[in-house]
Amino acid sequence: MAWNLSSDRPIYAQLIEQIELMIVSGVYPAGTKLPSVRDMAGEASVNPNTMQRALSQLESEGLLYSQRTSGRFVTEDVDRIMQTKNNLAQTLVKEFIQNMSKLGYDRQQTLSLISQMTEEE
Amino acid sequence: MESILECRNLVKFYPNCLALNAINLSIPKGRIVGLLGPNGSGKSTLIKLANGLITPTSGQLLINGMEPGTETKKIVSYLPERTYLNDWMTVNNMIEFFRDFYSDFNHQKAYDMLQRLGVDPTQRLKTMSKGTKEKVQLILVMSREAELYLLDEPIGGVDPAARDYILDTIISNYNENATLIISTHLIADVEKILDDVVFISHGNIVLTSTVDDIREKENKSVDALFREVFRC
Repeated sequence: MAWNLSSDRPIYAQLIEQIELMIVSGVYPAGTKLPSVRDMAGEASVNPNTMQRALSQLESEGLLYSQRTSGRFVTEDVDRIMQTKNNLAQTLVKEFIQNMSKLGYDRQQTLSLISQMTEEE
Repeated sequence: MESILECRNLVKFYPNCLALNAINLSIPKGRIVGLLGPNGSGKSTLIKLANGLITPTSGQLLINGMEPGTETKKIVSYLPERTYLNDWMTVNNMIEFFRDFYSDFNHQKAYDMLQRLGVDPTQRLKTMSKGTKEKVQLILVMSREAELYLLDEPIGGVDPAARDYILDTIISNYNENATLIISTHLIADVEKILDDVVFISHGNIVLTSTVDDIREKENKSVDALFREVFRC
């Protein structure tokens, strides 16, 4: 998975979002070991200190845990991962509804457009 | 945090020109710092002072607590803005030269990077393009296991693809306790790998901040902020 970083927002915040996405989408399933900070930083082409900051925050949120000698792992708590997934989904839907209302669609119109388009698929 | 480079009321006067105006600056170990400023702002002067190539008019500059000299040169790896290597030398010659000169030079690392960047080690410096010359010099400088790297305009002549590779090499190779100071105009290219930035203008330090703090507070990239601060 390629790392997409925009230039106008804090890098660590974007790293957090992308790692969350990798965890909920199963790139890193529950309980797997993450690559080293340096490897992940290299892959994302960011400063290792910034990657470290992002990983520490994910750790304090409970999505990752580290074992002193063997590295950093994704939590084995599947509910915790599902909760993150739900949060991400809710944020996306909220954004979508806001954008639709900017286009002048009310809730009903938006919903009917969605069902119409999913039927077509 | 312990600092690797410290300036105390550092002043440098050139004839008819105040290059550095009593600057105070402390750069901790283990950081990648961008030294950013318009042309003629004092970036290279500061870097030359740190290498002992010029001496301060007044004030002090300390590297790891020492004034620039033989001891600091052992731990500082410097990429000057101009080449100082003889152009009849081949890359192989230069690697031997560096091995002789610096006990911390890792020639294996140098050959690996040369190969990745497609530079032929039997080529003479004279026959190389500007960008290739820059690559070779940067490889030599980054192949030392130094504590402080001072890179003065390191990637200006290098193409964007090689630039990305070089930046990746920097972040994957440098030692966690080493500090890297990069002076450059190519802010957009380097800002992802920087911890901190120092804005310098007319010999004064106008801003020191972390990259993420700038993005958080200003909602814009360091590149955009630079263009705003130094608008002509």
